[in-house]
Amino acid sequence: MRRIKEIFSNGLIKHNPIFVMLIGLCPTLAVTTCAVNGVSMGIATLFVLIISNSVISLLCKFIPSRIRVGAYIIIIAGFSTAVDLLLQAYLPTVSNALGLYVPLIAVNCLIFARADAFASKNAPLASLLDGLAMGLGFTAALTLVGIIRELIGSGSVFGIDLFGRYFSLPVFLMPTGAFLTLGFLLALFQKIRAANKKHAKGGDSR
Amino acid sequence: MSITSLLLVSFAAVAAENLVFTQFLGVCPFLTVSNRPSAALYAGITVTCTTTLSSFITWLLYHFVLEPFSLTYLTTVVFITTIALLVQGVTLLLKKLLPALYTLLSAYFPLLTTNCAVLGAILLNIYDGFNLLESVVFGFSSAIGFTVAALIFAGIRERLVFSAPPKSFEGLPLLLVSAGLAAMAFAGFSGITIG
Repeated sequence: MRRIKEIFSNGLIKHNPIFVMLIGLCPTLAVTTCAVNGVSMGIATLFVLIISNSVISLLCKFIPSRIRVGAYIIIIAGFSTAVDLLLQAYLPTVSNALGLYVPLIAVNCLIFARADAFASKNAPLASLLDGLAMGLGFTAALTLVGIIRELIGSGSVFGIDLFGRYFSLPVFLMPTGAFLTLGFLLALFQKIRAANKKHAKGGDSR
Repeated sequence: MSITSLLLVSFAAVAAENLVFTQFLGVCPFLTVSNRPSAALYAGITVTCTTTLSSFITWLLYHFVLEPFSLTYLTTVVFITTIALLVQGVTLLLKKLLPALYTLLSAYFPLLTTNCAVLGAILLNIYDGFNLLESVVFGFSSAIGFTVAALIFAGIRERLVFSAPPKSFEGLPLLLVSAGLAAMAFAGFSGITIG
């Protein structure tokens, strides 16, 4: 039970893929022009991550370590193709909105990093949970960036218009806005971490 | 296919549809290699070689193997495998033929296999329905776009060393904000579109 808790706190907060480990930045910047896109990209990645983590964890005993990179890449690419085809078949609007970035899940550094750092060394169930936790952390980060960009860029949240008629800064829908939003968010998290550290130190000395 | 339209494709790929600043492809390697201008240049050279060669090979594979046998659902898998094999092959060739260059570039090759800049550029080739010549030109100029972006950013980072940002902006946040401002400059080219 403690281990499960540890895996989840690692994936969501302590080692959050975007805000702490800083991997998988391309989709985070590219598709987050609105909150819905952020959520759907996050969930698509979450699925590939869960399946590839569990499969690689099951297969890692049979894959010689010399060809492991190639094997992982092909496994991951296979599952991201499956997700791509499923999206095209059942959710064509989502597939159109995400476009090129769905097949590019295959080269998301996050998935490869988890395969190599966690799934190849841990039991299938733990790897599955790690995939779930990391995927949720990734989805949360993408959703947060998406909400902020949509709110400032078009004055709405999840497509519900709040103040779009009176105020919007379309620059936040452009690449510039993506870089700026992520930059400011990371600065905010660095500040919070520094404050926490100070707080913990203060507590110790007392 | 005239020379002007080829020039237009290549200019659009370098500036208006710059891989890093408008498509966000290859942001991770872009941030890692732009710490020194020399690193940016060497990484740019490896990306350019790989993308140009793989544009050529994957175009042939797609139009003469995948499409005729209706195997297009394998596109991603086949393209990734091609890139991985190509990277291996180029590394081996360099090691044998130009050992001096190999020692310079060897650190940057492993990055390429899971580099979304390369896969993104060759997937765009297929999506945009380019012919063989256009594909190669587009692949080559996209990679040049990556190199230009990394070189410009390496220059900016050399200046950033002398700045004193607020404590919470130190490190990556400052880089991302600077990249955002650089992206704004590239947005100035956005009137030019491919096709």
